[in-house]
Amino acid sequence: MSDIKEIIGKICPEATFEDGECLLVSVPEKKWYPLAKSLKENKDLDFDVLSAVVGMDWKETIGVVYYFTSTSHNWGMLAVKVEAESRDDAYIHSVSDLWKVANFQEREVYDMFGIKFVNHPDMRRFFLRNDWVGHPLRKDYDANPELNPIRLEDEINEDDSRVFVENAEGKIVEEPRKVFEKDEYVVNIGPQHPSTHGVMRFRASLDGEIVKKVDVVSGYIHRGIEKLTEGMTYPQILHFTDRMDYMSAHQNRHCLCMCIEKALGLEIPKRAQVIRTMMDELMRISSHLLSFGCTAMDLGATTAFFYGFREREMVLDIFEKTCGARMSMNYNVIGGVIADLHPDFVKDVKHLIEIMPERLKEYHKVFSGNLIAKNRLKGVGMLSKEDAVNYAITGPSGRGSNWSCDCRKKHPYAAYGEVEFDEILLDGCDSYSRYMVRMKEIEQSCRILEQLVDRIPEGEIRAQVPKIVKLPAGRWYQQVEASRGTFGVYIESTGEKTPYRVHFQSPCFNLVGVMDLTCSGYMIADLITIGAALDFVIPDIDR
Amino acid sequence: MFDFGKWTSAFNSLLLGTGMPDWAAVLIECVIIAVLVLATYTVLALFYILYERKLCAWFQCRLGPMRVGKWGLLQVFADMFKILIKELICLKGTDRFLFKLAPYIVITSSVTMLACLPWGNGLQIIDWNIGIFFILAVSSVGVLGILLAGWASNNKYTLIGAMRSGAQMISYELSLGISLMTICVFAGTMNISELVAEQESAWFLFRGHIPAIIAFIIYVIAATAETNRGPFDLPEAEHELTAGYHTEYSGIHFGFFYLAEYLNLFIVSGIATLMFLGGWMPLHIPGWEAFNHVMDFIPSVVWFLAKAFFISFVIIWFKWTFPRVRIDQMLAFEWKYLMPFSLVNLILMAVFVALGWHF
Repeated sequence: MSDIKEIIGKICPEATFEDGECLLVSVPEKKWYPLAKSLKENKDLDFDVLSAVVGMDWKETIGVVYYFTSTSHNWGMLAVKVEAESRDDAYIHSVSDLWKVANFQEREVYDMFGIKFVNHPDMRRFFLRNDWVGHPLRKDYDANPELNPIRLEDEINEDDSRVFVENAEGKIVEEPRKVFEKDEYVVNIGPQHPSTHGVMRFRASLDGEIVKKVDVVSGYIHRGIEKLTEGMTYPQILHFTDRMDYMSAHQNRHCLCMCIEKALGLEIPKRAQVIRTMMDELMRISSHLLSFGCTAMDLGATTAFFYGFREREMVLDIFEKTCGARMSMNYNVIGGVIADLHPDFVKDVKHLIEIMPERLKEYHKVFSGNLIAKNRLKGVGMLSKEDAVNYAITGPSGRGSNWSCDCRKKHPYAAYGEVEFDEILLDGCDSYSRYMVRMKEIEQSCRILEQLVDRIPEGEIRAQVPKIVKLPAGRWYQQVEASRGTFGVYIESTGEKTPYRVHFQSPCFNLVGVMDLTCSGYMIADLITIGAALDFVIPDIDR
Repeated sequence: MFDFGKWTSAFNSLLLGTGMPDWAAVLIECVIIAVLVLATYTVLALFYILYERKLCAWFQCRLGPMRVGKWGLLQVFADMFKILIKELICLKGTDRFLFKLAPYIVITSSVTMLACLPWGNGLQIIDWNIGIFFILAVSSVGVLGILLAGWASNNKYTLIGAMRSGAQMISYELSLGISLMTICVFAGTMNISELVAEQESAWFLFRGHIPAIIAFIIYVIAATAETNRGPFDLPEAEHELTAGYHTEYSGIHFGFFYLAEYLNLFIVSGIATLMFLGGWMPLHIPGWEAFNHVMDFIPSVVWFLAKAFFISFVIIWFKWTFPRVRIDQMLAFEWKYLMPFSLVNLILMAVFVALGWHF
């Protein structure tokens, strides 16, 4: 730790340090970009992954907290706090040229906080309409409904974008940009479309059947979860996580609970840990089965879709028996889980593990072994390992690009430290590899379940939690491996019973960021299969 | 075999016996035949919709429609009634005349092809010396309707769908035509009733052995593409283009495309039956007189329909098993593999015929 302090101190003497769960560096805005450059390029620091970009409003000042991870230095994390110089006309230098993942992340921060990023290539709003008044996550936001009525007319100037650049005198000026030129053939895909997997919207510029550029238009299912959490107590905010990536409901909620437990310093009973691990893996199986079905369906193989769903039903039945619901299970709570396992749980899980290998063979026979499917998926949607790291594409999609990024291995949590499983890595870098990683991860999840199912310890399912949960002042960041990648929760507390700021760093947000990169140069039909193989869930992007 | 021609000639002489002039008798017969063809068309379409739904449910571990009527038998009637009472919507910016014309072109070409099929012994509406050639010519008209529909809708999805359809239909028509031509070379005729009569001793698929079997396989693949069915359903690729060329159609205009698609499935199966499986001709094995005699007891119409339904079953099976190919892969498949193969096969057949290497 002191090493990093020394190096950063040399590069930027103005930096101040704050120890916490990970080192927090505060730098003035003027020094931020040079420091960011050395964070990435200095071999002793080598923070190659930008894990999270959290916009913050500290009332007096406004700024951003960046979370970095260094894959070469044992996945160590570093937080950097940058404050804008002025509250009302806030500018921060963009780092989207260093870490491409920052492109969409900074657009989100601009959308929610009004911080303009200098040199960002495409400074538009991300979720809200261009004519939205105000920036909702600012503490001085005026939520008067008359300012933002429900607008029924089309959004005009959809193609207008802009960049902020520093001119020769050091003044920041705005320059207009166009998203698409006038004579481009732009096809609108979504928000109502059979295979965008929800209310997602892409605008694709075509040359014949070949995609030239994809513009992601998001926000059709944005519910303002981060804003809502600021007015709720900690037990109340738990249910939101089930409704983000509903295919990783258990993992997401696990993450939020872990973050709160970490802040409270709670010790979680062994039984709860094992139950949580098992539920996470069951959720992963269910998610990957859905992904298999949807990939098959997007390729036109509707029958395979039903095969995937047939087995997924069994997982949902297990959830229903224990949690009382098939979706939005609301199972994890602060300190453990809400209810004990159903008496049939062990029997059902054993049955599932028993039949899965047979069924997986059937899937490969019906779909993955098919020549047409192979031709459609292989060599399509190439994403190199460097790009995967730069765009922070974690989860099966990142591992399909041969990037070892499994949180369960890097920072073991719950019972993952005690079980044996392989991290599946494939080096195809294409849609087929991403798809195959998922299929093989189902086997690994079964392996984890097999090791745990007979070893569920007896004991409490919940730790003793105070009636009113109050987190001490401070900030925490927690990651878990959700079905689609690394899911992160950032909590900043001022010691109240409601959080000051909660940020969810969802894996799908990053996944949709590579749509332009992976689809350009392929056909319009490939856009759909690339989307299916990346496997994003829209409510997780929009939150 | 019972000759249905007896009935038709008896009816003809009955009309003439009343003392009416020839033209009046022909007019009355034409009207009756037109009504019969349209009725057959509708009934077959309804049957095919249910047939496919039940089959696909079976492939997918489901039951399919079960609520309306016993085993969901009345479901298709309910669907058809619903589609008939729906509003015909013509959106702003469409070319109204062409937009409304397109479904009729598609359905007309499909009905005309239906009329050419050999339904049974003596049950044939249009029968002339260029029979199979005529069917191919009429089937090409259908693509015009699809192109018009896609263009007149003034929508980017439909335009892409129509362009794909044009590229696909024109490409696959080549292999389709060549594979049929292979059989014409073998049979030495294009006349439909003569083609059927030729297969009395044994079906062409067996008589022409290797080149006929290759031609049959090529035909089934090309026919699947011609009918826009999976894995070649790119013009209406649901997951890319929502519904392709007929995205903007509603009510019975959409219904026409829908019916034509199902009936084209029957028609290509019918042509396969005619060219490879003996049309309405029962299964005859040379030398097995008793067996052949027993087979003759099954009516010719049943033979024809059963064979056509079987071929349709295979094509439906394709659709519910295979993923969809991409446009470049589809065209490459046709131009690089299927068409050269069928050309070579045509020459092979000519050699076989010249040297008499067949049964």
